[in-house]
Amino acid sequence: MCPDFFYPDNMDKTIITVTGKDTVGIIARICTILAENKVNILDITQTIVDGIFNMMMIVDTSRSVLSFEGLTQSLGECGEQLGVHILCQKEEIFDKMHRI
Amino acid sequence: MITLREVTETNRMIESQNLDVRTITIGISLLDCADSDLGKTCANIRNKILRYAKDLVRTGDEISREYGIPIVNKRVSVTPIALVGATCCKTPGDFVTIARTLDDVASLIGINFLGGYSAIVSKGMTEADRLLIESIPEAMAVTERVCSSVNVGSTKTGINMDAVRLMGQIIRKAALLTSSRDSLGCAKIVVLCNAPDDNPFMAGAFHGVTEPDAIINVGVSGPGVVKCALQSVRGKGFEELCETIKKTAFKITRVGQLVAQEASRRLGIPFGIIDLSLAPTPAIGDSVADILQEIGVEKAGAPGTTACLALLNDQVKKGGVMASSYVGGLSGAFIPVSEDQGMIEAVECGALTIEKLEAMTCVCSVGLDMIAVPGETPSSTISGIIADEAAIGMVNQKTTAVRIIPVIGKDVGDTVEFGGLLGHAPIMAVNPFSCLDFISREGRIPAPIHSFKN
Repeated sequence: MCPDFFYPDNMDKTIITVTGKDTVGIIARICTILAENKVNILDITQTIVDGIFNMMMIVDTSRSVLSFEGLTQSLGECGEQLGVHILCQKEEIFDKMHRI
Repeated sequence: MITLREVTETNRMIESQNLDVRTITIGISLLDCADSDLGKTCANIRNKILRYAKDLVRTGDEISREYGIPIVNKRVSVTPIALVGATCCKTPGDFVTIARTLDDVASLIGINFLGGYSAIVSKGMTEADRLLIESIPEAMAVTERVCSSVNVGSTKTGINMDAVRLMGQIIRKAALLTSSRDSLGCAKIVVLCNAPDDNPFMAGAFHGVTEPDAIINVGVSGPGVVKCALQSVRGKGFEELCETIKKTAFKITRVGQLVAQEASRRLGIPFGIIDLSLAPTPAIGDSVADILQEIGVEKAGAPGTTACLALLNDQVKKGGVMASSYVGGLSGAFIPVSEDQGMIEAVECGALTIEKLEAMTCVCSVGLDMIAVPGETPSSTISGIIADEAAIGMVNQKTTAVRIIPVIGKDVGDTVEFGGLLGHAPIMAVNPFSCLDFISREGRIPAPIHSFKN
């Protein structure tokens, strides 16, 4: 994992979380959508516990082609097709809650 | 960098522990809307509220979607209407016209409640204050979204017992006028002592005269989150118990601070305060009573409950104060009955009585809230209950309040269904002995001495 100083301040960081039954190609499908819309992936963490896929991506949406709402919708539809739950949230909510 | 564990913790709070931001409330000064003509005053009020709050609901929903945090209510509080209508209102009916205007504009901007149909009469009443108070029953009957509050006392002024007597009568009248709807009108009326100017929570919200032209106040919540956090310290000492509550309150409040700052930035209205509150809802797992049980009493109302609540209230404040740049409003744990499933169960099984609730209000953030009593309860008894609460507030330098509903046609053993966030409640027994001679005395109770504290 890269330390914080690698990332300039003008980023618009969004946390994408994916939970659900593990299946082939979850990351591939999500990454394709992100790449098509110029959303840069900064970090990926992933675990599988009892067959439940749990992933968190930190992405930079500052150059995204889609609006935040558009990206949420697009990933939401992808999640439905894959049978997983995909959530997009701006990073500040986690930063505020867990950092002083 | 944020970790997966932190993200999971936050999202678990939201998804399974009912973490939410309870309300974004815009306080709007209507002092510059006053005119000698009633129609003109109403038009000014409408225009001013629309100017500041027309985008409130849309903005709240946008913030909610972007951060994934529910923002349950978007609301408006206004300058006490007794001040705004003082020049143009010559009858209670004139004040009702303003109430209808407020209701219409609340409906137009899509908010569920608008507070400030209020009078501040802690020392005495002007003619306008009296007219507004007399208009409250009709105003509550003909409007849906307008909330009314009357401040009858303060630590500095004492208690205006003429207003206390009048409010007992007004609450009964409001119950009668809305008897076909289980006396719902009374759920929108609150009688306060030491009312804060910046409270974002209904029904007691109003925009005090010490406030700027417009301001954003945010009320946070999250009893379910505190309860779940406490499950991990069962059987542990008070030090760990208190630390857990503080840390949890800090996290909850930080979310409120974020939402408040974002709402302030997007709406172009300054940020006022965060109200650090544990505000329950009737939903399962969103109960302050459940926290008290988790701390160690079998049911809310059991011996020890007041101490548990005192501890909880204090730790919530200690954790929350550091998480926000400005704290105000009521701040603490709310203990409404009908809006808290655990409280309802405690009343139903006989663990919780009005007298115990009164003791709990000495250490909680507000007072006797959403309590349904028999429809035959005399107005002097209601006034007696109000006077008791006001005395607790006055002497202890805290806000206290009474929101009591004498449900016409119902008695102990019956239940009443208010619906939505207002919930449902068993009718509670009221002490049958009279206080009529006390309440009939005219004048006011002098302010208490501020020395010789014991």
